[in-house]
Amino acid sequence: MNFDFSDEQRMLQESVQRLLNDNYDFEARQKISTSDAGFSPELWRQFAELGLTALPFSEEDGGIGGGAEEIMIVMEALGKALSVEPYLQSVVIASSILRHGASSEQRATLATAIAEGALRVAFAHAETTSGYHLSHVSTSAIAEGSGYLLNGSKTLVVHGGIVDKLIVSARLSGGIVEPNGIGLFLIDANASGLAIQSYVTQDGMRAAEITLSDVRVPKVALLGENTNAFSVIQQVCDEAIAALCAEAVGVMDAAVASTVAYLKTRKQFGRAIGEFQALQHKASDMVVELEQARSMAMYATMMSRSNDASQRSRSVSAAKIQISRSAHFIGQACVQLHGGVGMTMEYQIGHYFKRLTMIEKAFGDTDHHRDLLSHAPSILI
Amino acid sequence: MELEFTSDEEGFRKEVRDFIHEKLPPSIRQKLIEARRTSKEDLVQWTRILHAKGWSTPRWPTEFGGTGWSPIKQYIFLEELLSAPAPELLPFGVSMVGPVIYTFGNEQQKKRFLPKIANLEEWWCQGFSEPGAGSDLAAVATKAVRAGDHYVINGQKTWTSYAQYADWIFCLCRTDTTVKKQEGISFILIDMKTPGITVRPIQTIDGGVEVNEVFFDDVKVPIENLVGQENKGWDYAKFLLSNERVGIARIGVSKARLKRLRELAAIASPDGTRMIDKPRFRDRLVDTEIALKALEITQLRVLSEDARNPNSGKPNPASSVLKIRGSELQQATTELLMDVVGPYALPATKHLLGSNEPSVGPDWADAVAPHYFNTRKVSIYGGSNEIQRGIIAKAILGL
Repeated sequence: MNFDFSDEQRMLQESVQRLLNDNYDFEARQKISTSDAGFSPELWRQFAELGLTALPFSEEDGGIGGGAEEIMIVMEALGKALSVEPYLQSVVIASSILRHGASSEQRATLATAIAEGALRVAFAHAETTSGYHLSHVSTSAIAEGSGYLLNGSKTLVVHGGIVDKLIVSARLSGGIVEPNGIGLFLIDANASGLAIQSYVTQDGMRAAEITLSDVRVPKVALLGENTNAFSVIQQVCDEAIAALCAEAVGVMDAAVASTVAYLKTRKQFGRAIGEFQALQHKASDMVVELEQARSMAMYATMMSRSNDASQRSRSVSAAKIQISRSAHFIGQACVQLHGGVGMTMEYQIGHYFKRLTMIEKAFGDTDHHRDLLSHAPSILI
Repeated sequence: MELEFTSDEEGFRKEVRDFIHEKLPPSIRQKLIEARRTSKEDLVQWTRILHAKGWSTPRWPTEFGGTGWSPIKQYIFLEELLSAPAPELLPFGVSMVGPVIYTFGNEQQKKRFLPKIANLEEWWCQGFSEPGAGSDLAAVATKAVRAGDHYVINGQKTWTSYAQYADWIFCLCRTDTTVKKQEGISFILIDMKTPGITVRPIQTIDGGVEVNEVFFDDVKVPIENLVGQENKGWDYAKFLLSNERVGIARIGVSKARLKRLRELAAIASPDGTRMIDKPRFRDRLVDTEIALKALEITQLRVLSEDARNPNSGKPNPASSVLKIRGSELQQATTELLMDVVGPYALPATKHLLGSNEPSVGPDWADAVAPHYFNTRKVSIYGGSNEIQRGIIAKAILGL
């Protein structure tokens, strides 16, 4: 048992942090966030140069063969920088889908392109009526001729409007909430019949509503020829949650550091406000919440690739609940401790708060994960 | 990163578990399961069993009878004791005065005191707090005045746990009133049988008597009972208080309670319903379990850091994080037990009623409310949680 990084992992951590420190301060982040593109193609090129886009792909697929811990390191650094880049979608989630759900030919072609930084992908899964339920898929895929005909709509597709390809879940058979009969289809973003309405999110990213009207795709578009991809979706979402937890820890870490720095410099009543005990204790509670969150992000990372699906999902749900609890407390406390300036769009602390708030609602909120855990064996066993 | 324990550590865990299973008297175990008080005899008996195995002072240096276990193994040992559940080693000798004596005491003191701590032949209590020195411990006013070859001690200690059983007390006494308060304190060992010592019990809100007031009235103590140097006692006290981070979160205690809670919650109440079927209760249970899992990982992170830097000797401010959340979770588990027992929390214990009547409600019910009341202490003692927050603010955040 140890919680240390290897030398290689420490080097990765240093190089990502250096890249972001040099290129992604808050001012730069705001410029990128409000640009037409909504992300930085230039930074993406640098990600590729540094090997970050190749990180989770296996070496035979043109990647570097990094695991969950390497992803944790990168996601935490991206969180600290409050990144709006499509890394979670296009690298973490895409690589997970390809690893678990694609044929070796599909994997080789797509992985190489993503790893080189030439291709960006988003996963379109949620639907208006699905809530957080992963098996709820009403978008239909009907075999037609030598391919499939897709109809339906997808909602809240993060980065859906700024990618080259979409991976869309669609139902091949079965009722709307049935786990069986779901396939994952790779579709060009400019495919005929696909309507993508992109918009800005509360946390400065982009998302899209997507409508599929008689979208025709060839047979090879069905990833892994898998007509029962539900377990792939579960695994992918568990890995995505682990990565999201790491990002949240990065955001919280930076938010707490920034708040403590503010407490030391802001003066009232003739002294730094950090000398007041009421504020010190709130800051100390943030440390406790942050360390608890960090522990569970590590736990989720280590469990997210477990072969025991039930234990994997339980661990990830538990981590998501802890992360959300910590994010909720820390986000609010950081704004409170900043006072009025914390309410301004101009100051960075409010943007940490908003990202943390949206992380709480992503991939299942606290009540959703409590529901998943409430009939399962104790997490302590 | 690696979450699994090594096979050597897992083998060690099994050895400890098997030993406890074989040797722990069932009556003692049952008392602990029901959160009832164990007696002095129970603890002496259990300490002697561990002593015979060489396990009664595991964290001491091997030359004084320690085991040489890694921090991880120390943690596993404690975890197994708490989850069995078996009594913990009495901290006042093993974790407090023992380390002070082997670190700062002279050869004669080591020879005289350490062996009798190890087999609990002598029961120690802690004379730190006073009516005017609680969180502000350096304000101790109990005076030790040197007169020839002895000190004359006058003053009062309070919140002294198990003073009624104790053979010896280690005290912080004021030996210089003319200097900064931290610089005039000495660490003195006092035989409880010395004339002039009076012990008065304090009954706590749960009805139990764990703590006492201890009065010193012209108590004569030989000079050789001074530990280390005169007026350096504050340094030794700080060493003593920062010495504990393997067990401060008491994760095993909370784990054992939650396990029992799940069992009790699965039993139907008289109205035919089961607590475990009630979603609002289950949410609280699951939230508590998750917070405990997170704290367990936090504890392991601190241990793994300790294992890397074994003798850094520096107090780790992470101890404060463990103390705050660990105490909150111990309290949360007693609150959940109150939810499970429901209205049958009401009747007072047989002990308090002074009768032999059968208990009202389930036979475990009468201990639940007192346990809840008693557990409020854990966020107060050992540096209250507010003091811990102050430590985090200063030592971690630099505020």
